[in-house]
Amino acid sequence: MKMTGIITAAALAVTSVSVSAETLKLLTWKGYAPKALVEKFEKQTGIDVEVTYSNNEEMIAKLRATRGSGFDLAQPSQDRISSVQAKYNIYQPMDYSKIKTDQIIASMLTAVKNNTNVKGKSYAAPFCYGTSGLVVNTKAAPDAKDYDALMDTNYKGRISYRLKRPTLIAMAFAKGDDPFAKYSDVDAYTELMEGVGEDLIASKHLVKNYWANGDALLELMRNGEVNVAMAWDNGGWKLHEQNPDIDFVAPTSGALGWIDTFAIPAKAKNVEGAYKWINFMLEPENAAYFTNQEKYGTASNGANEFLEPKIKANFERSFSKADIDNIKWYPPVPAKLESIEGKILDKVKAAN
Amino acid sequence: MPYAGRLTLYFFLTPVLLWLFLLIVIPHIDLFVISMQVENDDGDMVWSLLNYQAFFEEKIYWMTFVRTALYAILTTLLTFIITFPVAFYITKVLSIKYSGFFTILLLVPFWVSELVRIYGWMILLRESGVFNHFLLQLGLIDVPIEMLYNDISMVMGLVYTSMLFMVVPLISSLEGLDDSLIEAAYDLGASKPVIFAKIVIPYILPGITSGSIVVFMLTLGNYLTPNLMGGKNSLWFTEQIYNEFIASFNWNQGAAFGFLLLVLSTFIIWLGLKLTRQNLSRALS
Repeated sequence: MKMTGIITAAALAVTSVSVSAETLKLLTWKGYAPKALVEKFEKQTGIDVEVTYSNNEEMIAKLRATRGSGFDLAQPSQDRISSVQAKYNIYQPMDYSKIKTDQIIASMLTAVKNNTNVKGKSYAAPFCYGTSGLVVNTKAAPDAKDYDALMDTNYKGRISYRLKRPTLIAMAFAKGDDPFAKYSDVDAYTELMEGVGEDLIASKHLVKNYWANGDALLELMRNGEVNVAMAWDNGGWKLHEQNPDIDFVAPTSGALGWIDTFAIPAKAKNVEGAYKWINFMLEPENAAYFTNQEKYGTASNGANEFLEPKIKANFERSFSKADIDNIKWYPPVPAKLESIEGKILDKVKAAN
Repeated sequence: MPYAGRLTLYFFLTPVLLWLFLLIVIPHIDLFVISMQVENDDGDMVWSLLNYQAFFEEKIYWMTFVRTALYAILTTLLTFIITFPVAFYITKVLSIKYSGFFTILLLVPFWVSELVRIYGWMILLRESGVFNHFLLQLGLIDVPIEMLYNDISMVMGLVYTSMLFMVVPLISSLEGLDDSLIEAAYDLGASKPVIFAKIVIPYILPGITSGSIVVFMLTLGNYLTPNLMGGKNSLWFTEQIYNEFIASFNWNQGAAFGFLLLVLSTFIIWLGLKLTRQNLSRALS
């Protein structure tokens, strides 16, 4: 073990010598660091930005493996922070005095602070938000209004979703149940999810594939190979620009609302740079560029005036007032639920 | 002189030993230690065999392993059946002038990464893909057929990925086979199947064995191809390990699976060697 320590130290020494300029290592989702903004930031601050694309599960696993080192800033969803932090201690408390909080929508900042609170300290600041729901080709699947369309025999072979926890939660809502209310009751939650797993297995023959890559899904929908999919709202809106038949539909049992955040890993080397990036990305102009480009909602206060009119149109087209009230925001995930869900998802994938 | 000789020995031995120890032995010890622990209700780590027990008790876990192993064996067999004629043609039928060129041709697809090759196949096979386009144009089908996301396309992808690792050992052992042996068998009146079974196969058996071991292990440990081409039914054992580590945060269970994969695949190879009466050191020489 000592030997490995020496070798890693040597390797680190070599890398830190070869990289003389200041760098910011960003662990984020695809699309969260648009090229134009990265270049602008590099020009403004002289900090090189290295971007690694990932998802919630991999972010946690990567930071857990290195005990919170290797990256200067991560962007997990707000519901996946508190239990992970309590268990593996991979983030450092956020110093909100270093963030220009007047740039952030106040209610969202409060919500994220509360949801990422571990032992009196909060670990994240909001960056963007969005929902998961249905992306539908309304011509081919006019009646797809709720998640159960993903099990509808009418759309056989034209259905796609991710085999991840949001799908299980969405299906539970579609059954009329409330999985979030059962978060604290492991037995009830297991029973509910096992039922959902059985439904997914029974309707598996209808599914074309389980998508893993957002771009690949958009490609399938563009070609008409998939007509009903569970996906993020921005994907549906991006497709709508190219083909007005395709749009995001807020499901009647409620779109699933998420907020993605900034969180600083415990052993981040360039903490100052991380705060600079946070403030830079939440500047109204930059945040608006991100939203115009990627169609995700932004947590930036005052970005509205820089938004293109079609962004607002997208939102109003897909969400009625009732739909907005019906958005199910993810509460923090308690520990242990992930392994229960993991086993059910394995069963679904293995079933024939 | 003996001193200098010993120095050279150490000089060349040290990197090998360091490699073995640091990159193989230590991580495996670590993996083994993790796999022998479970988290109790208080969140503390305690020693236990529960992770291994879970593999044998949960049908889905060992069924996935059995499925993966059977498909890996099938892939190995198919790879041999497809590559043997190619290797034979290159070494025994083609004139030496061209055989080098054709060997290079076999290598060309492997200059790009596996991911790119798999995406290439996906473009060909998908519903709006190249094959369907031509079939529709020729009027052979009326509606496009989905050729991806089933076990056949998955096995095809796996065979394609592993062909190189079978064809190279086959070519090198066929090159060692003296043509006069085959001619002599003809002179003595042997038929083609007999020559194949009694002369060619026994001679190149070590090549077949080493090729098969490599192909079997690579297929068993593959992650990309089953995931991308097999689609919805293709839970591969490696994916299950990935899921335990990444999605379920259960590193202990994942480590146990990793260890079981190592032990069980070693056992399958040992069994294969015993059944074909082969010797590992001879196969690898």
